[in-house]
Amino acid sequence: MQPAPLTSLQAPAGYAPVAGAPDELLDESGNVRPVWRAFLDHFSALSPDDIASRFALGDQYLADSGVYFRHADGAVSRERSWPLSHVPVLIAEEEWTAIVAGLSHRADLLEALMRDVYGENALVAEGALPAQLLARNPEWVRPMLGVAPRSGSYLHFVSFELGRSPSGQWWVLNDRTQAPSGAGFALENRGATSRIFADFFPRANVRRLAGFFRSFRAHLDDLRSDGSAPPAILTPGPHADTYFEHAFTARYLGLLLVEGEDLVVEQGRPMVRTISGLKPIDVLWRRIDASFADPLELNEHSRIGTPGLIGALRQQGVTMINAVGSGVLETRALMAFLPRISERLTGEPLRLPNIATWWCGQEAERAHVRANIAAMTVSPAMSTRLSFDPDDMAALAGAMRTDAHTTIEDMLAAEGEALVGQEAVTLSTSPAYIDGALAPRPMTLRVFLARGRDGWFALPGGYARIGRSMDVTALGMHAGGSCTDVWVVADSAQPPDTMIQTSGRVVASDPSADLPSRAADNLFWLGRYVERAEYLARLKRAYDIRRAETIDSPLIDYLAGYLRFLGVEIADMPSSIVEAVRAAGLCAARLRDRLSPDGLVAITRIERFIDAEAAALPLAARMGELLRRMVGFSGLVHENMYRSLAWRFLSIGRALERAMTTASLVASLTHPDAPAGALEAALDCLDSRLVHQQKYGFSISPETVKALLCLDGANPRALMHQLSELKEHIAVLPGAIADTMSPTLKAVMQLHTRLAVQAPEELDAGGLLALRAELSALSDALAAAYLS
Amino acid sequence: MLYDLGLRIAFAYEPPVRLSRHLLRVFPRDIPGVQRAIATDLAIDPLPEERSVFTDAFGNRTQDVFLRNEHARLDIRLTSRVERHAPPAPPAAGPLMEELPAALEATHALDGESPHHFIGPSQLIRPSPEAAAFARGVVHPGAPCADAVRALGQALHAAMTFDPGATEVDTPYEEAFARRRGVCQDFTHIMIACLRGVGVPAAYVSGFIRTIPPPGQERLAGADAMHAWVRAWCGPNLGWIEYDPTNAVDVAEQHVVVAYGRDYFDVAPTKGVLRTAGAHEASLAVDLTEAVAR
Repeated sequence: MQPAPLTSLQAPAGYAPVAGAPDELLDESGNVRPVWRAFLDHFSALSPDDIASRFALGDQYLADSGVYFRHADGAVSRERSWPLSHVPVLIAEEEWTAIVAGLSHRADLLEALMRDVYGENALVAEGALPAQLLARNPEWVRPMLGVAPRSGSYLHFVSFELGRSPSGQWWVLNDRTQAPSGAGFALENRGATSRIFADFFPRANVRRLAGFFRSFRAHLDDLRSDGSAPPAILTPGPHADTYFEHAFTARYLGLLLVEGEDLVVEQGRPMVRTISGLKPIDVLWRRIDASFADPLELNEHSRIGTPGLIGALRQQGVTMINAVGSGVLETRALMAFLPRISERLTGEPLRLPNIATWWCGQEAERAHVRANIAAMTVSPAMSTRLSFDPDDMAALAGAMRTDAHTTIEDMLAAEGEALVGQEAVTLSTSPAYIDGALAPRPMTLRVFLARGRDGWFALPGGYARIGRSMDVTALGMHAGGSCTDVWVVADSAQPPDTMIQTSGRVVASDPSADLPSRAADNLFWLGRYVERAEYLARLKRAYDIRRAETIDSPLIDYLAGYLRFLGVEIADMPSSIVEAVRAAGLCAARLRDRLSPDGLVAITRIERFIDAEAAALPLAARMGELLRRMVGFSGLVHENMYRSLAWRFLSIGRALERAMTTASLVASLTHPDAPAGALEAALDCLDSRLVHQQKYGFSISPETVKALLCLDGANPRALMHQLSELKEHIAVLPGAIADTMSPTLKAVMQLHTRLAVQAPEELDAGGLLALRAELSALSDALAAAYLS
Repeated sequence: MLYDLGLRIAFAYEPPVRLSRHLLRVFPRDIPGVQRAIATDLAIDPLPEERSVFTDAFGNRTQDVFLRNEHARLDIRLTSRVERHAPPAPPAAGPLMEELPAALEATHALDGESPHHFIGPSQLIRPSPEAAAFARGVVHPGAPCADAVRALGQALHAAMTFDPGATEVDTPYEEAFARRRGVCQDFTHIMIACLRGVGVPAAYVSGFIRTIPPPGQERLAGADAMHAWVRAWCGPNLGWIEYDPTNAVDVAEQHVVVAYGRDYFDVAPTKGVLRTAGAHEASLAVDLTEAVAR
């Protein structure tokens, strides 16, 4: 007998919300809320196996996109895969619209507050805001006092953390104004859930996300002046916990991704170092915390900032999104004053309340917190962390969570000014799929607002946090919490949408015309390191094969000696290969905005092999498998990558390294002192044995080997071929052919010509090594001209 | 009194540097009724590609300098003719120490002169229980504020030994205090920590003192370099008073004020960022003499 189908009005079996907390899925009577019914119908009809394979599809999507965040685990910071809770949170469009209206008002309020605290400080003068809250606040950035934003607005992109109160109303838990993260992750959440529910999503009337980004991109272009570089995301770099998002967003929106050291301030404007020289850049989307932005005027120990950036802001030479100093709006204690400030600055009360907050620097408020301590959390007044951060809580529900003081009374008396009390809130719950069934888990909503031509507009959904357990302190991702998509469900069908526009003005441009020097440098070295690792692996393979066939021979000793000369120790996985792969991985990590996800995955596969999987293979097979994985990367680059300047720097790096290693290999293995079998080993290393046989039959001599490995332009492994490639690439780099030829082009042309007129017998070890030294000098010259 | 002021700061870089940017806080301040810079010239060699002046959050005129091209040295020469009078004697000793917190709370302002900037921890002055305990041993809650400031300065002067060899520019003040030795920067930081520890907003003043003392008077310490002393807030009516703990004197005609800040970090005469892997050497010479009528 078939089980009776569940009706959408009934709660899923075993789904039991806790008393006192509202649930997103079920109403007070235990009935499924209307917005969830269609989804629940669909979900309930899926078998456990079906659910498992769909979730796996979503996880695969995230893995293929390389979504990760960084998490410091003690002293070690490591990449973690994105913790997706596969069941979205559903919100009806009508409710969403009310949230957005409330938050737009709040964003206007924060803009006005920002203007006041960096302007005339009328709120302090009137007693509406205690002076200490600013004067003792590390996020109140004094050098920004009196500095008006060039665009007229301090805030352009903000987010809010929301929770639903027991009464069902939404309230604001946190304001995020410094450098809000999550919008890029929201896109990836959507990418995953739209695949998991591929057959349901298209007809679920879910509001699409791309339009938000398109509008914000248009806003960024509005802020930009003619002749400047594209707007850029200013990132702290690959060690930031959300670097993935910076790179992803840059790629998605077609923005530059720059670090502080890519910029130099001249004439009151930041300029980005590109391969064509300094280019002014006048819109920076800041993902770096204020204090690190300028070591001259802010944190002098910052190594990721740009000296003079504050000066550029002072001279209105750049638009910063958001203004430096906007982190002050995230201060927890401000929440205590916002209701009054709202009346004062906007003439109306907060449309969405924030979590009730009392600053303990005032006697009456301190007494209130003391009297109601059982229903309070006590935490640092100046904190800008998200609510419920367990590391940030001094007391919860009357229980101390720090040992700095013995009692809460003592703590409030001694450090009142540094503390706030906040109503201990319960959050609403939303379904998560746990151990084969839906179960309620606490949830907070993150809403993103951006400024546009007509005021604030919102990203409709995309991001919610889901707790690991019912304990609200386990909400954070670092505490095991997860993240999920939010579906804003409209009454009518929603057309699919992407960043790609099908109408309007189309302007073609070279995607790498503004290639930052640092990106070019990383591309160049990525090419070199991958090639180096490949070359060493080829050599090691040639050695391993011969070693497996015989115990001792002059050739084995000779190869071992050459490997040692190159710094390769005779080990199962030589550390010099590991180092080259690691170095390539580091370069690739800083090129997330420019390499395809497949290219990044290919590099990750090489690293994974070195780290773990190699050990499972027999020794003789290891180098072979490593080489196949490397070819996987090279294939992607050379088959799929657009022939931009970015590709050329990657190719220059590869050709240069290959030319240098080939010169060294041929010099060593065709040397008159080399033992029998060395010539064949050279051919093996460069995959040229078969073609040698086809060309020369079974006779072999140092001359035939040199002819094929050095001078034969048709052999893609030959020295001559590398020089031809180098010449072709260098000739089209910026400034290569102006009034005169650039020094780098001249150098490569001379090398090319010199080799082209050589005969094999003239090409001795000394000449090859001299050529290698000149290639090394060419590398330095390229670096000086384009990469710094 | 009319002074001729000369300041020379020289840097030598090995290897040479480029793309260097500096902030200079060396101009004498204008203080109505007390101090006036009549003519000031700042010469920089080599000639910077860019220079501009702005006023920082504490009202200090700050010179921003950018050198694009390679340079192996940087010479900064300030000359200024400064008119300086002793600040008017305070009308009274101000509120009692125990009244000060309420007076501070009633101060609703955040301009550069606001005491609120100068009571909390700052970059180089974290609260120190030792400093607070020392201060509590000298001043009691019933003392008038200005008397307390002076008493504290005198007590520190008595407890500390002036010793240019004891500390470097980046020695934490706690260390200098533990050793009871240091120079004007240490004296000043310690006194600020003591004052903040007992609830008095206190600021760092950088400046100069006269090189050759008036006839019959002793030469004051700190005349061969830039000097530093303390500014303490004594309630809304009395406002800020200045005291020089290194010499145990009230700040008067012999002192010329350059910059106010929360500690040395805010007022360092030069602060620079340059791209170099090498080292640099710095030297500084000061001359503050009575202007000769000519």
